[in-house]
Amino acid sequence: MDHYDALIVGTGHGGAQTAIALRQQGFDGTIAMIGKDNEPPYERPPLSKEYLARDKTFERIMIRPESFWADKKVDLLLQAEVVAIDPDTRTVSLEDGRQIGYGDLIWSAGGSPRRLTCSGAELAGVHSVRDKADVDAIMAQLDSGARHAVVIGGGYIGLEAAAVLRKLDCEVVLLEALPRVLARVAGEEISRFTESEHRAHGVDLRLDTKVDCLEGDAGVVTGVRLGDGEVLSCDLVIVGIGIVPTLGPLQEAGAGISNGVEVDQNCRTSLSHVYAIGDCACHANDYAGGEMVRLESVQNANDMATTAAKAICGKPEPYTATPWFWSNQYDLKLQTVGLNLGYDTTVVRGDPEQRSFSVVYLKEGRVIALDCVNAMKDYVQAKKLVEASAEIAPNLLANSNVPLKEMLCTGILLDPSPNDR
Amino acid sequence: MGKITVTTREGDDLELDLRPGVSLMEVIRDAGVDELLALCGGCCSCATCHVHVDAEYFDRLPPMSDDEDDLLDSSDHRGETSRLSCQIPLTEDLAGLRVRIAEED
Repeated sequence: MDHYDALIVGTGHGGAQTAIALRQQGFDGTIAMIGKDNEPPYERPPLSKEYLARDKTFERIMIRPESFWADKKVDLLLQAEVVAIDPDTRTVSLEDGRQIGYGDLIWSAGGSPRRLTCSGAELAGVHSVRDKADVDAIMAQLDSGARHAVVIGGGYIGLEAAAVLRKLDCEVVLLEALPRVLARVAGEEISRFTESEHRAHGVDLRLDTKVDCLEGDAGVVTGVRLGDGEVLSCDLVIVGIGIVPTLGPLQEAGAGISNGVEVDQNCRTSLSHVYAIGDCACHANDYAGGEMVRLESVQNANDMATTAAKAICGKPEPYTATPWFWSNQYDLKLQTVGLNLGYDTTVVRGDPEQRSFSVVYLKEGRVIALDCVNAMKDYVQAKKLVEASAEIAPNLLANSNVPLKEMLCTGILLDPSPNDR
Repeated sequence: MGKITVTTREGDDLELDLRPGVSLMEVIRDAGVDELLALCGGCCSCATCHVHVDAEYFDRLPPMSDDEDDLLDSSDHRGETSRLSCQIPLTEDLAGLRVRIAEED
């Protein structure tokens, strides 16, 4: 039976960074990375952007060239899936029956795209956007003439894909079941702005719209039937309705699971020698007021990977990284810092009409997050406000003539605590 | 093919092939310099590919955008010749370029 001192499950950003960080921390044991994918680690964010748009070839979105992994003595076990974990014998079982022993296991398996449950979900021409293979299939269909797309889901993936498809001259209908796009992640101001941008770019964007089923002919999708009976004819469907974290083997092995696999501040699960990071890891986050959250972002995958690697190398440092995120649609650069979980007030800085503005999220008077649209200065300067959970008057925040960095000083001066000392 | 020289945080000099048509970030990343994170993949959304450019070459680079300028402000280690390496497209006339990976933020 093969044995690795560090066995990483998943070849996304988290898995790759775990291997890199272990070596950087001086880990000299054996390392392997197991992944379902058949490609070495690559960046996922460009899949719905530059890669789909063919602005970048696959080689340019690889996290490191393939030879890097051999140079760092990291074995890549591709097209392999872990189906069981035995934490007592520290062994994993693969789908093909192989068993591999581990010293430490780092679960970085991410998630799989949530599928539609209605009839027709399995038809050809219906795609997710998670892996290179998904996007290659979309591109192949575009090459063979598909030009009528229905995008199901108004989250980041769906919106980014819609933006690229418009650029590629496809007709695009985007369906969102809720009353606004990005409802799960952003405030209403961002939703409304994003909706108007997509409509201005020719997307037929429909809110409050339920899908009844997908229709097909000879196994190939031909249309999307809506709840009200209307049928949208199409030759391409992209489903972007979130991910389901990959947790099965951990759950069966007895790890603590809630919204994801629960980890402590060093990314340890409840199972000895088993760590979890990235999209599937549920952790208490200071930027969520200490609540257990699961974050789907490159930042989170990358920084949790470093946290786990340091713990494995006997140099534990708690996970305290500031959350950040980005999305590019058309010529819009949307950047987020902090987490807006539980916000009670929003303040708009700048003018959405000018296509450059920010939304500040406040909770009990304190700045907890910003969404910045074509507003890099705000994004950069907001980080310190979020980290300080600064208490700043909404009318000051709304004054875009005052840079955010100047408000931090003001905020400190207004802080009553120095008088108490 | 021209060469560029990259100095790592440990002070090692790496002489790399200048690949016209890709960014400086990609050449550094592909050379296995793992301290250069380049987390956003080169879309000018983070500042994790920060380098200090040899002064001799700084003025020969394409000018920086406002976004790059603002992002560099997020670094505690910004210097006179700081650039984000993803925003430097390589061309043959940059042969001889020397850069140093910026300190970790």
